[in-house]
Amino acid sequence: MTVVRSEVVQILTGDDVVRVRQDVRARAVEAGFSLVDQTKIVTAASELARNTLDYGGGGTVLIERVDVGGRKAVRLTFEDQGPGIADIEKALTDGYTTGGGLGLGLGGAKRLANEFSIASNLGQGTRVSITRWK
Amino acid sequence: MERIPILKMGAALLVTIQVDMHDRLAMALEEDLTAKIAGNASKGVLIDISALEIVDSFIGRMLDNIAAVSRMLDAETVVVGMRPAVAITLVELGLALTGVKTALNVERGMALIQRRIDADVVDRGELDDRSAE
Repeated sequence: MTVVRSEVVQILTGDDVVRVRQDVRARAVEAGFSLVDQTKIVTAASELARNTLDYGGGGTVLIERVDVGGRKAVRLTFEDQGPGIADIEKALTDGYTTGGGLGLGLGGAKRLANEFSIASNLGQGTRVSITRWK
Repeated sequence: MERIPILKMGAALLVTIQVDMHDRLAMALEEDLTAKIAGNASKGVLIDISALEIVDSFIGRMLDNIAAVSRMLDAETVVVGMRPAVAITLVELGLALTGVKTALNVERGMALIQRRIDADVVDRGELDDRSAE
């Protein structure tokens, strides 16, 4: 796998969520994504960035344009040092929320991506990674 | 603070969302809209989202909330101009916006609201009164 381009964006305010969306869009365009695929990865990025902000107390996202065996992809890795998720299975269930949202963020982002992984430790933080292929 | 303008078109209000929405702006819009619905006794709210490149669950919830609150204030909300890619993504996200009426464009949305206004007038017998004058 080759990382063509990468950057780290801080997520500390609502405006940062907007910037994450713009940067992810730019990488998706570079990777030659169709409009629908661009919309999907940007929407997933928006959900996860908001989770990082609202539940993780802020954090970062690593935005990467990667190539694997000639296939272009965008990979996003969100990290926070927040309280962590006690029950990941539950957190992935549609409609489950601890923060007053719709509870669609994690499960929705998973559906909008081709690859999804999550790791969380209570009291230490959460890392969510998604990849979407062209 | 930045605000989204709300235009009055007869008995309806028109909101065109053109900027990349963030939380504070969305919340301010909800407040401004409800105040205007009550102040103008508006019967409908048209929300034009044709400029929005994405609708995430945050914006989706905002649209749902506006529709629910408007309904309680006797106004109907119609979301117009959703891009096809946004519609596909919203359904996959799990957000079908079931509480919100949609129309393809502002014209059709306005027609929906006008139909409702006309139906109200008939219900209250105002048409009959007018024809008797």
